[in-house]
Amino acid sequence: MGTFVIRGGRVIDPSQGIDRVDDVWVKDQHIHSIGAGPGEKPAKIYDAQGKIVSPGLIDMHVHLREPGREEDETIATGARSAIAGGVTSVACMPNTEPAIDSQAAAEFVILQAKRAGYANVFPIGAISKGRDGKELAEIGGLVNGGAVAFTDDGSPVVSAEIMRRAMEYCKGFGKTVLSHPEDLDLTRGGVMNEGFESMRLGLRGMPAAAEEVMIFREIALAELTGARAHILHVSTRGGVDLIRQGKKRGVQISGEACPHHFTLTDKCLGTFDSNFKMAPPLRTQEDVEAILEGLRDNTLEVLATDHAPHSPEKKMREFDQAPNGIIGLETFLPICVQALIHTGILTWPQMIGKMTIEPAKVLGIDRGTLKPGAIADITLIDPEVKWVIDPTKFQSKSRNCPFAGWAVQGRAEMVFVAGEIKQEKSPLG
Amino acid sequence: MTAVAETTQTCSHLLGLEGLSARELNSILDQTEEFIPASLDAEKRRTDLKGKVVANLFFEPSTRTRISFGLAARRLGAETIDFSPSGSSLSKGESFIDTAKNLIALGVDAVVVRHSTPGTPHLLAKHINVPILNAGDGAHEHPTQGLLDVFTIRQVKGKVAGLTVALVGDIAHSRVARSNIHALITLGAKVIVCGPPTLVPKEVKQLGVEIDCDLDRVLPRCDVVNVLRIQFERQRSGLFPSIQEYFRLFGMTQERVKRSRPDMLLLAPGPINRGIELTPEVADGPNSAILKQVTNGLAVRMAVLYRLLLRKG
Repeated sequence: MGTFVIRGGRVIDPSQGIDRVDDVWVKDQHIHSIGAGPGEKPAKIYDAQGKIVSPGLIDMHVHLREPGREEDETIATGARSAIAGGVTSVACMPNTEPAIDSQAAAEFVILQAKRAGYANVFPIGAISKGRDGKELAEIGGLVNGGAVAFTDDGSPVVSAEIMRRAMEYCKGFGKTVLSHPEDLDLTRGGVMNEGFESMRLGLRGMPAAAEEVMIFREIALAELTGARAHILHVSTRGGVDLIRQGKKRGVQISGEACPHHFTLTDKCLGTFDSNFKMAPPLRTQEDVEAILEGLRDNTLEVLATDHAPHSPEKKMREFDQAPNGIIGLETFLPICVQALIHTGILTWPQMIGKMTIEPAKVLGIDRGTLKPGAIADITLIDPEVKWVIDPTKFQSKSRNCPFAGWAVQGRAEMVFVAGEIKQEKSPLG
Repeated sequence: MTAVAETTQTCSHLLGLEGLSARELNSILDQTEEFIPASLDAEKRRTDLKGKVVANLFFEPSTRTRISFGLAARRLGAETIDFSPSGSSLSKGESFIDTAKNLIALGVDAVVVRHSTPGTPHLLAKHINVPILNAGDGAHEHPTQGLLDVFTIRQVKGKVAGLTVALVGDIAHSRVARSNIHALITLGAKVIVCGPPTLVPKEVKQLGVEIDCDLDRVLPRCDVVNVLRIQFERQRSGLFPSIQEYFRLFGMTQERVKRSRPDMLLLAPGPINRGIELTPEVADGPNSAILKQVTNGLAVRMAVLYRLLLRKG
């Protein structure tokens, strides 16, 4: 592979506080330097003028469906979809069939990702065996198998005692517990946010309180155990406030926001389109504003997609029966650019930080940086290109996207994983 | 002729009463008057819809509405197809949309649909190019019931504007409540909703109605009382302590009728749970228009079928 240089781009690496026009040198699959080269002739020169050169983006919240639901997505199609979105590393949720609750299951994910050869895939292990919240999974074995964090995801651990022990046990391995905060009693049968819109539409609601009581519990347990906890897809104003307060007290808690939760509201449900159905649900404008403020003041340090593929025939069912979730990998960047950069809420370095070094810190992985010696995962972003989101061009197997037809700006073009070029130009335009 | 409701690219539907203007509502009510004679007398059947086929797709049990729509279509000269999910290909796993598309391929001119999921008629309207009539979608809307309630009020009271109408009982799970609220507010009535707080979503206030949980305080103010059925099939458990307590607090009894205005008009969309929402004497008493509602329902459904099927372009 040898040596190559990405020349003349705007290099943004929040892990080093870098934002300047410069050259990035890659040697033997690793970052050699930013600026002066290794004193040898590059085998290849990539022109990055007018582009942003970023550490490869990380999406720490995706569902790849394999094993068990390959009709919706596979590890290969999901990892290809990631590359199309400029994402070089994904962490995948354990809600597969069977669940990723054993060393063998984690190793299977890594093996399939290697075979596919697109983005890096880091498995997230289940907290409990079969994700049923009763008995801890073999967390040590999962760590050996490559699991980088732990969660029961959409089947949140009901017992506070089990959650407490999970946090204590994971702390021993230096791993973070990820919480999908939802009180399942309060949301039972719910298909959208509870409020005026659910009343109007006659659809059963999921109150914001169902999220907030669980966030409060996780913060209390993280405080009790001294463990690190990460709150997935925060969707409520109250949830943002709780995390902000927890951080002030010094609790080791981090927060995550997904693009749909800060760009769409429950008013979108008025057409009964199941591409607006997910958990946690789209909330109100007030919640959207609180999430944007949480991103701005860094209460929410991570941006992630909750990429949740479902085949069209499943999403086309009656609203109650359509599954929760939307895909997000290939719209991640442009939607964030539109909602965060163009509005002045975040700068490019701030936004890229939330898509690179911040999730890398939560997961404890050595990615999301252009420091010399780091593995050369690099994304070149064209911040100017204008395009229209067309799900038929997606690399994902599924099409459940609520942003179809949106006119957006900015896109990942060239993508490198470990110094190898995975995409020369975007397939989405 | 104006569209009855939402218009998609090629045809009009009746999906709900929300968003219909007073002019549109009054136009439907006026037209309903024209169909009263034919609705009351089979000898006066009409032939306006001769050669048309109306499909009744009922994915949820129904007596009144299904029979009423079927009869309305036939009395206008249309043929009808009755469809229910048991014994159909749905039980073989065929999707709802595919089932409907197949019916259309057989040459159906309009689809009347009832389903337990809100928005199902809207989903059909997205995939099918014939008029869709919502015969009740979960807790969302039941537009022909709303129309026949308002029609009955207008018929008995001579007007709707300025009247005070109470909707009593399970507001949260009631599509009848929502359709009534939209039509009544648009036509200038005052609406009070009354029921246990667990069955009255606080957000309903934003539709312009008053919430009062004390029926005995509400009754003397009302020109019309519409008693809604407890939707046991849609509820989760534990929303009120017992049927006995519900009846004590919200049941329409003779004593409560006595405390109401003498000319209070009592409506109930049916099916009624006698002894829970109201006593038999009240249901069959002089204030009750329950059976009149049923006959008016036929004329209302004839009117909307006529409007949707004979609207050109």
